[in-house]
Formats: sequence, C-alpha cells, structure tokens
Amino acid sequence: MNELDLHKVGVRGINSQLHSLPKNTNEKHWVIQNPRGQHSIAVGLDAPLQIDIRGHVGFYCGGMNKDAELTIHGHAGVGTAENMMSGVVWVKGNSSESAGATGNGGLLVIEGDASSRCGISMKGIDIVVGGSVGHMSAFMAQRGNLIVCGDAGDALGDSIYEARLYVKGKVASLGADCIEKEMRAEHLADLERLLKAAKRKEKPSDFRRYGSARKLYNFSVDHADAY
Amino acid sequence: MDKTPRTLPRKSATFDDYTLSEIRRAASTGIYDIRGAGAKRRLPHFDDLLFLGASISRYPLEGYREKCGTNVVLGTRFAKKPIELKIPITIAGMSFGSLSAQAKEALGRGATIAGTSTTTGDGGMTPEERGQSKTLVYQYLPSRYGMNPDDLRKADAIEIVIGQGAKPGGGGMLLGQKISDRVAAMRCLPKGIDQRSACRHPDWTGPDDLEIKIHELREITNWEKPIYVKIGGARPYYDVALAVKSGADVVVLDGMQGGTAATQEVFIEHVGQPTLACIRPAVRALQELGMHRKVQLIVSGGIRNGADVAKALALGVDAVSIGTAALVALGDNDPHYEAEYNELGSTAGAYDDWHEGRDPAGITTQDPELAKRLDPVKAGRRLSNYLKVMTLEAQTIARANGKSHVHNLEPEDLCALTVEAAAMAQVPLAGTDWIPGRGGY
Ligand SMILES: Cc1cc2nc3c(=O)[nH]c(=O)nc-3n(C[C@H](O)[C@H](O)[C@H](O)COP(=O)(O)O)c2cc1C
Repeated sequence: MNELDLHKVGVRGINSQLHSLPKNTNEKHWVIQNPRGQHSIAVGLDAPLQIDIRGHVGFYCGGMNKDAELTIHGHAGVGTAENMMSGVVWVKGNSSESAGATGNGGLLVIEGDASSRCGISMKGIDIVVGGSVGHMSAFMAQRGNLIVCGDAGDALGDSIYEARLYVKGKVASLGADCIEKEMRAEHLADLERLLKAAKRKEKPSDFRRYGSARKLYNFSVDHADAY
Repeated sequence: MDKTPRTLPRKSATFDDYTLSEIRRAASTGIYDIRGAGAKRRLPHFDDLLFLGASISRYPLEGYREKCGTNVVLGTRFAKKPIELKIPITIAGMSFGSLSAQAKEALGRGATIAGTSTTTGDGGMTPEERGQSKTLVYQYLPSRYGMNPDDLRKADAIEIVIGQGAKPGGGGMLLGQKISDRVAAMRCLPKGIDQRSACRHPDWTGPDDLEIKIHELREITNWEKPIYVKIGGARPYYDVALAVKSGADVVVLDGMQGGTAATQEVFIEHVGQPTLACIRPAVRALQELGMHRKVQLIVSGGIRNGADVAKALALGVDAVSIGTAALVALGDNDPHYEAEYNELGSTAGAYDDWHEGRDPAGITTQDPELAKRLDPVKAGRRLSNYLKVMTLEAQTIARANGKSHVHNLEPEDLCALTVEAAAMAQVPLAGTDWIPGRGGY
C-alpha cells in the first residue's frame, strides 16, 4: 500500500503520481489522505488501481475514470465519476449534483443520497444509489442503468432515450416522454446483478422500472407541448 | 377593357416574398424552419471598414520582398504545450454527423498543408480527421457525444463549447435522416432518431463551476493542452471577462453570421450580435484585465477573404476561424451541381437544407453514395489553396499599412464607411475623425 497526502503534495501531485503509473504496475493500492473537499482528485485514471480516499472530495472526483476502483470514504461534490468509461467509483456518503453525468461505462455506487441530475446524459454507465436522487435525474439519459433504492425527485428521466431506470421508492413525477414500463425477466436479472455488485440487500421484485415512451424520438408537431 | 390608369401591383416590403413563403410553409407543416448556414440578412460587417494604407505619414513595406509574419501561438497562458500555427486562420469545429467522414478528412488535410489547425465538433473525434490533422482541437460540448479520455489525450488543444454565434443559448439538433450506423454508435444512440444536444453542460453551471471544470480537464491532461472557451456573440464584454476569469487560455468568439449545421431559422436570424459588433467589447475586456495577447482571441462568423482576416486582426483579434468558407472551398454549393440543387428546390449558393442529408456536393451528408463524390485529397488541396490566398491577401494589406507582422495591424489603420460600422468597430467614419460614442457624442 502507498500513501499520498493531499495536504503535502496537492491535487497536482496526486494526479501526476497516479498518471505516471504504468498499466501493469505492481503498486496497485493507493490511499489518499486529507482530501479536504478538493476538486478533481484522481481524475483521468487509466490503470487498474485500487484507490481509497479517506475523507470528503469536491467536484469531479474520479472523472473520466478508466479501469481504476476508487472508494471515497466520505461525501462527494458535483459530477462524481463524470464521463466514467470503466472501473468502479464507490461513494460511502452522499454525492452532489450530476453524479455519473455522461458516464459511458463502469459502476458508480453511492451509498447515501445523490442530488439533482444524477445520471444526466448517461451513455452506458451503471449507477446504484442506496438513498434517493433529486430532480431531473437521468435527464436525456441515453444508455445504462440507474437504480435508486430510495425515492426519485421531480421530472425523473425527462427526454430519456434508451437508459433503464429502476426505483424502489416513490417517484415525485416523471419527465417528458418517461413512462413506467413492464419489468421482465431480463430486467430483474440486470437488477439482481447490479444490486449484488453494489452490495445491496434490496429485492429486485420491489423495484419499478421506467424508461422512454419513444414519442419524442422524431419531431412531430403533435408532441410540441412536451418540449 | 377598362382604360383607367391603375397603379402597378406592389409587394409589401414588410410581407415580402420570403416572409409569405415562410408563413405558408409554417401553416402547412406546423414545424419551425430548420436549416444550416449562418444569418443571411444584411448586417454591418467587415465590408463596411476600409484600410487607409500608407503614403507620407506612414511607411509601407515592399510587397514580396520585405517579410510580413503570419504565425500565431495559442495557449501561452497556462498550457505546457501551446500550439503554433503558421497562419492566423483556423478551421472551426464542425461535427462528424453534420459533415461526412470524407469532408472531415479533407478539412484536416487542407489545414495541415496550410499549417493550421482543425477542430472536431459535436459527435466526437474520427480517426480520419485525427490522422490527417497535424493540429487538432477537440471540442468539449454539452452533449458530450463521443467524449472520452483517450481522444482527449490525443488532442492538441481542448475547446469547451458554451455557445455558437448562430444560436447563442441554443442546443444542437441532428435529425434522424442523418444518423447512420457509425454516427449512432459514436453517440451511443439508436439509429434514425433525432439527436438533440443540450444547450447547457450537464455537470456545471456558471463561471465559478467553469473554473473547476477547466481545472479538471487540465488535471486529466497534465496541464499540457491549451484550453479554449468558445462563446456565441451574446454579451461579449462580460462573457470574455468570465472566460478569462475561469482560466481559459484562448477565447473563441463566434458572431451571428457564424454557420451552423442545423438550427431554427428564427434563432439564426434573430438571436446574437453581428461579428463586427462583438470584437471591440471582447478586446476591451481583455485589455482591462491586462490579458490582451496573453489570452488569445479567435473570432469567427462570416470570414471570407484576407481583407476580413486583416480587419479582424487590426481590431485586436489574434486569429480567425472559418466554417462556411471552408466548406465552400471544399465544394459546397458549387454551380456544377445546379441541376441537383434545383431538384431539391434550391439553387447553388442558396442551398442550406444541410440537416436533410441530401447534399449533392457530398459534404453535409451521411449518405455513402453522395459522400463518395468528395475526394478528400483534392478537396483538401482546394482548402489549402484558399487558406494560402487568404493569408497572402492579409499580408498584402499588412505591408501596405507598413506592418512586418499581421498582428501589428491596429485600429488606427482603419476607417468606416457607415456610422453603424464606425460605432461598432470604434474607428472613425471615413473622411472624419468622428468615432461615434467617443468624446461625448
Ligand atoms: C456544418 C457546420 C457544423 C458545425 N458544427 C459545429 C459544432 O459541432 N460545434 C461548434 O461549436 N460549432 C459548430 N459549427 C459552427 C462553427 O464552428 C463556426 O462557429 C462557424 O461556422 C463560423 O462561422 P462561418 O461559418 O461564418 O465561418 C458548425 C458550423 C457548420 C457550418
């Protein structure tokens, strides 16, 4: 295990150290001390590292991650794991707005609550939220799965494309073109796999599924009110 | 027949033929008009400015013999690897999706021969354009279609797009007709559906967040790459100041004549300020912050020839960028295809239904048969020829004004033909020493 103290080396010191590691490095496990809510910690990683961040982080922690597994032992700011490609970002606490925004792949787990716009424009990432998500979550969500074990705020899945949303609790309201959909065996299997990966105890059968009615896919004047 | 004299039939200036045709079109379809290209109305522009030249009070340089530099370095503020271009004319961001892969490749080839950069667009980076572009700027847009860290690291500079001159405050639109398998796959969306691009970034709002976003992109790319911020010509003084405050290395400012792949006609013609009106407020913001020439300013929107380039530079700009003109150089709207433009209900020079994907010139299309019509090598050569001509023209003007580098051109070399242009460009009306707004009147 290697330790990096953000207080001593700064964000630049941490990122340049982590970026300099070759993909096949033996120094896989890194602990980051004193993150102190700083922004852009452990962004753009490109190797199968295992990273424990001991405290709270600011914006974009784990942004554009590839292959690395990050655990944030605290709360996270805006845009956690934004545009993640692969790997895992695991937030032990809560996460602010736009968690997992535009993520292409990998798994984002938020044990606590996520704020508004969770999974906005997601493009293939899987997101599991132990608590609730705020309004406009999964706005224009294209691909991937968003699983919410608590409740969802207003306008869930507004203008959604092909992403799949699963919510166990209440949905305050659905956004334009987002509807409740039938839960079939393949969906239950997906849910089971992802809940397990996120070490959740919830039962897949307790969730409801939401997705696109696909009515806004090609412009029609009869749907102009929905825009 | 009644011989009483009658007045001639008179059409309304307000309800002109175009307006009437638009009312009929709207009434029959129920959809706003969408089209490509920039504002088509007449606007105060560079044509309303003239250079004074040199005589006794100023000393000219000898054409062809005395050197007149044209190089420009972009990204000197924070980036470890600023980019140096041979000419102050870059190729603007135009998306793969709106343009064919061949057209993107041709832009890369032409720019590279001429010693300048080209830019990706909404939809991501294609191997063709990366392969053919010596210097490639990678756009970071609200949709983040095709955005990934590998391409980010392959780029020579990053351009955060906040807006475009054709539609400041608007998002993007690629209609289903143009979504081929390849375009769909790059954007992670099903084929054949309309692809709306958001107008705001998904993970930041406002200048304080933008600063953090720029910091993130610098951290991901180890502070190597220049970071540009592109804005539409909305409130150039404040927007440029905020881009500088947020940490941009370069500001790209696109006026309302700037082209677009597909936007509502009402947006193109009625939102945003003319390019000419945007430049001085932008330069003033940089000067007041002590950042003029430290944060470079690139201006686009209706740049057509070396005179436009020289005039923009004289007003304090570091480089210009071209979209529409570059497409025309490749072969867009060529009279050669007149019969086919007619079949599409248009004529060469007016064809702007680029969103339909049926471009006879094979440029704004994803139809493989049409796209094949454009030979990327030949089209690239035409673009490089055109870029060289523009550069020679700008040099000719600079020498005539006694300048050994195009960047030495200054507002004092200019006068304006109209009161409007004099006010916007803050140069005297021709034949007077009057700059509207100066000295209290
Ligand atoms: C076909 C086409 C596609 C464009 N796509 C983009 C884009 O993806 N992103 C962007 O920032 N600007 C885009 N633009 C705008 C150009 O980058 C540029 O701002 C504009 O074309 C400059 O004005 P000009 O066309 O008068 O030279 C596009 C323009 C055209 C003509």
